[in-house]
Amino acid sequence: MTKKKLEEIKDKYSSIVDDKWTQWSQKNDTPFFNNQVRKVLRNVDIIDPLSIHEYIATDGYFGLEKSLKITPEKVIEIVQKSGMRGRGGAGFPTGKKWQFVRESVQNSGTEAYVVCNADEGDPGAFMDRAILENDPHSVIEAMTIAGYAVGATKGYVYVRAEYPIAVKNIRHAITAARKYGLLGENILGKDFSFDLEVRLGAGAFVCGEETALIASIEGKRGEPTPRPPFPSTKGLYGKPTLINNVETFSAIPMIMFKGPTYWNKIGSKNNAGTKVFALAGNIANAGLVEVPMGITINEIINDIGGGVPNGKKVKAVQTGGPSGGCIPANMFDLKIDFDSLQRVGSILGSGGLVVMDETNCMVDVAKFFIQFSVDESCGKCTPCRIGNKKLLGILDKISLGNAKMKDLVELENLSKIIINTSLCGLGMSSPNPVLSTLKHFRKEYVEHIKGHCPAAACKKLVTYEINEKCINCNRCVPVCPVNAIKGELKEDHFLDKEICVKCGKCAPICPVNAIIKVSK
Amino acid sequence: MGDLTVTKSAFKKRITNEPSILTALQQAQEVYGYITPDAVAVVADVFEVSQSRVYSTATFYHQFTFAPRGKHVISVCMGTACYVLGAQEILNAIEDELGIKAGGVTTDGLFSIEHNTRCVGDCASAPIVIIGERWFNKTNTTKMLAVIRKIKKDEQEGAQ
Repeated sequence: MTKKKLEEIKDKYSSIVDDKWTQWSQKNDTPFFNNQVRKVLRNVDIIDPLSIHEYIATDGYFGLEKSLKITPEKVIEIVQKSGMRGRGGAGFPTGKKWQFVRESVQNSGTEAYVVCNADEGDPGAFMDRAILENDPHSVIEAMTIAGYAVGATKGYVYVRAEYPIAVKNIRHAITAARKYGLLGENILGKDFSFDLEVRLGAGAFVCGEETALIASIEGKRGEPTPRPPFPSTKGLYGKPTLINNVETFSAIPMIMFKGPTYWNKIGSKNNAGTKVFALAGNIANAGLVEVPMGITINEIINDIGGGVPNGKKVKAVQTGGPSGGCIPANMFDLKIDFDSLQRVGSILGSGGLVVMDETNCMVDVAKFFIQFSVDESCGKCTPCRIGNKKLLGILDKISLGNAKMKDLVELENLSKIIINTSLCGLGMSSPNPVLSTLKHFRKEYVEHIKGHCPAAACKKLVTYEINEKCINCNRCVPVCPVNAIKGELKEDHFLDKEICVKCGKCAPICPVNAIIKVSK
Repeated sequence: MGDLTVTKSAFKKRITNEPSILTALQQAQEVYGYITPDAVAVVADVFEVSQSRVYSTATFYHQFTFAPRGKHVISVCMGTACYVLGAQEILNAIEDELGIKAGGVTTDGLFSIEHNTRCVGDCASAPIVIIGERWFNKTNTTKMLAVIRKIKKDEQEGAQ
């Protein structure tokens, strides 16, 4: 493969891609898409992910071609100038990370590895899946550029086994890239060799943590190890290792091709570029949304997402998955970027945005995330293994209406201990959903202690009622396992709260949604 | 569904070039449908480690099961988006319908419910339930119970 051949392929296929792009933009001429800036997602749903030609026609592999002509130092300088910060959650400057790995390679004189973290375990985030499924070559090209920059000849893509199509497409793309001399020996005729291998995760959330991910690639239990040493000095098989996530890598080829301003001319201060958010939950238009860093939550939820459906009131938005927090509706004019979310007790994380309305109970949401952390804690360090279980116990007590005010103090104290003493990022951030809901929705916790669940979600604190919408169809009566619903066909129905065991079987049967949960 | 007729030596041949214990275990799960004691013995043999080392790796990851799953494997996604849109209620209803808890298999071996299905990454179409290879998007309790009853009926008719 040479630059000339790349250009030939581009010329041949650019009209096909242009047509696809035109079709896509006509089909998606909606506020949901028109308010976005699609850089990382530029090819998603447009090109055929199984066609390397179509990727080349969108300037694909030209970033690599340019990179191989300049020195590795210069490549790192461009990435640094772009202002790119890691999209996996922590927001560490990408160029600096590349620099660290290059330095340790030079100091130790050993080989190095490039790893793509595609273990997208955060519930509510699915941008990495979309990129790998729809634009796998962008990741391959970026990893090759990274290999050249840091001095590695081998890379691994660590993908969740739960993403079978992503696995299939990235494998297909790797084979195609090898065939075209864009992976393997003497890439683009230069004295540089690089190859990739795909490794599958096996269903462990903690493996998204970089040291645990390394252990998992080595085939061990995916337990994290204390840092330092950081993977940039001692990572996979003890060698310097560069780990970036899918979204970060995916932006690199265009930064190299078009220069750092491609990325840093948009975004907010210290938060260059765009971020892909996975908008989901109680929202009219759910889906992947790519916007400049620093736009407000309001803009995302209302202008792009179309607000909350069914006339319900929006209550909060959850960001950052189990490591993040809930931001209340009265703070929706907050600009979203790494720094401002951290200030309000949440994190940007990988970019999941789950919208919650008035029917979602914040104690229940906190409980959901702590349950998640309890299940996913690897068990190595005590604060995370035992601490989260304790937190869950207190939250359980609150949702059952058995808690006292002092339990809230205990909840806060224990959370702080877990944050300060856990070994890895999972434990250090697991209490965030508790602390942020306690901070912004304390009233709701206090209501639970008084015996009410304002959202009517906590089973022990609600009762079922049949309201005036009832059409006396008698469908609910036979479903009740304890005969708590009385009434004959075409006669008034009545639900005996004393007998009712709140199993909830009747509510979905009702054709007019007349059986409702109410707070006690 | 796995194929338990695959012999130990055939399996050994298959995993000889696997790069790690983890990838070898993934092969075992694929071949047999679960991690059989024989498969553990073979993996330990190939990688020259004790069987307890192999078990220590296998039990760490959710992907591996140590008993056969049902013919129809049901996964109710418990990601955040699915959860706030009522996935727990759907799971409870399916558990009641089949008389098993998540992680269990029905006595006739027809159904099993996966323990802890974490985000399957299709949040824009939440809530999601997966039965075998079939995905049900934006689903609800009524729809899922109908689907499961249909499978039950088809299986009964097929058996007769």
